[in-house]
Amino acid sequence: MEEKIIAAIIVSAIAFFSIYAFTPVLIKFLQKRNITVKDVNKKGNIMIPRPGGISILLGIVASEITLYLFFPISEILAIIITSILGFSVGIIDDKKTMGGWFKPLALAFCAAPILLLGAYDSNLDFPLFGSVKIPSLYLALVVFMIPIMGNTINSIDVLNGIASGVTTIASFALAVSLFILQNYEIGISCLCLGFASLAFYKYHKFPSKIFPGDSGAVMFGATYGVIAIVGQVEVIAAVAILPAVINSFLFLSSVKKIVEHREIKNPVKHTDDFKLKSTDENHAPITLVRLLIAKKPLSEKQICNEVLKLTTFSGVLAVITAFMMGVKI
Amino acid sequence: MAIKIYSFIFVMWILMLIGGGLVIVFVGPFTLSSGIDPIITSSIKVIIALFLIFIWLFTLTKVKNWIFKSQVKS
Repeated sequence: MEEKIIAAIIVSAIAFFSIYAFTPVLIKFLQKRNITVKDVNKKGNIMIPRPGGISILLGIVASEITLYLFFPISEILAIIITSILGFSVGIIDDKKTMGGWFKPLALAFCAAPILLLGAYDSNLDFPLFGSVKIPSLYLALVVFMIPIMGNTINSIDVLNGIASGVTTIASFALAVSLFILQNYEIGISCLCLGFASLAFYKYHKFPSKIFPGDSGAVMFGATYGVIAIVGQVEVIAAVAILPAVINSFLFLSSVKKIVEHREIKNPVKHTDDFKLKSTDENHAPITLVRLLIAKKPLSEKQICNEVLKLTTFSGVLAVITAFMMGVKI
Repeated sequence: MAIKIYSFIFVMWILMLIGGGLVIVFVGPFTLSSGIDPIITSSIKVIIALFLIFIWLFTLTKVKNWIFKSQVKS
């Protein structure tokens, strides 16, 4: 146990401080080369460097490789490779805007290391009722999990700090759940993701100094997804990230097809004091943000705080679910 | 407003727990008589699971529409 505690402290520090120290360097580098995008929710022509995914990649991979040196197990290797592949898919989308189907299909291939390394168990665990063995169906679940998580985090990356904030809260909730279930190695691995996203949140929160881009957001989602699979906590992981899942569900149930989010009508518009309010367009999709501002306009910061509170609530539900895993009725 | 969205998350959580329970207790152990091809049994299980997912999505869509309409009206 002592070795696990030492490993947890070391890898958490590597994940946090590498991103904390490297991100300002990356911001300067991107600004110097004019690799920036407009922050559409700010008055004036505010340009923000993007993609911050490079910094996130550094933090997650450095900490996970260190963890692998402590515990050389195939599950951690699968996390490292899938995270790098998730980043690669995102950076392609950052450089060149791809069609709506590109990311889901490319991310499905990112699940290959999990299957090839055999870093999964085909039992799907549910709280209170036990588990169900679904060998063939579970393979499909593995292939679907990475695209779903990647796109779920990516589609909630609409306002300053939401993607990194949601990932931070959900990762810590998932790490606590993994410790409750005594899956310590993967729990520590999840801590790496939590501390990496926390360090990035420092620069991504309102007002953002850098955007994660598709590379950062997709990598957050892919890493979260692979941890859920190798840690056998798929249901708990889905619960912890429910606000983002709801956002994707609301979007898909409104649009009724898979499209790149840049292709759809903007569901929000700005008031004179630059608060966000719901659009009058009937065909614009209902998203989580639109639902939050349906009654009255809110500032970007207020909306971010609301989303993070919702994620904290679902994080608590996830931890309760983890406790319920040990109870059978 | 926030209360309704918190309720939405809570309903989604309960539906996940109930859905999982139904799959494990009823759908998982479901078998037809021994002479029937296992592929047919599995196909029936998939159809039942898809039906449960349809009910789940239908319920959530109704809740979503109710929340959004009630917010726009107020």
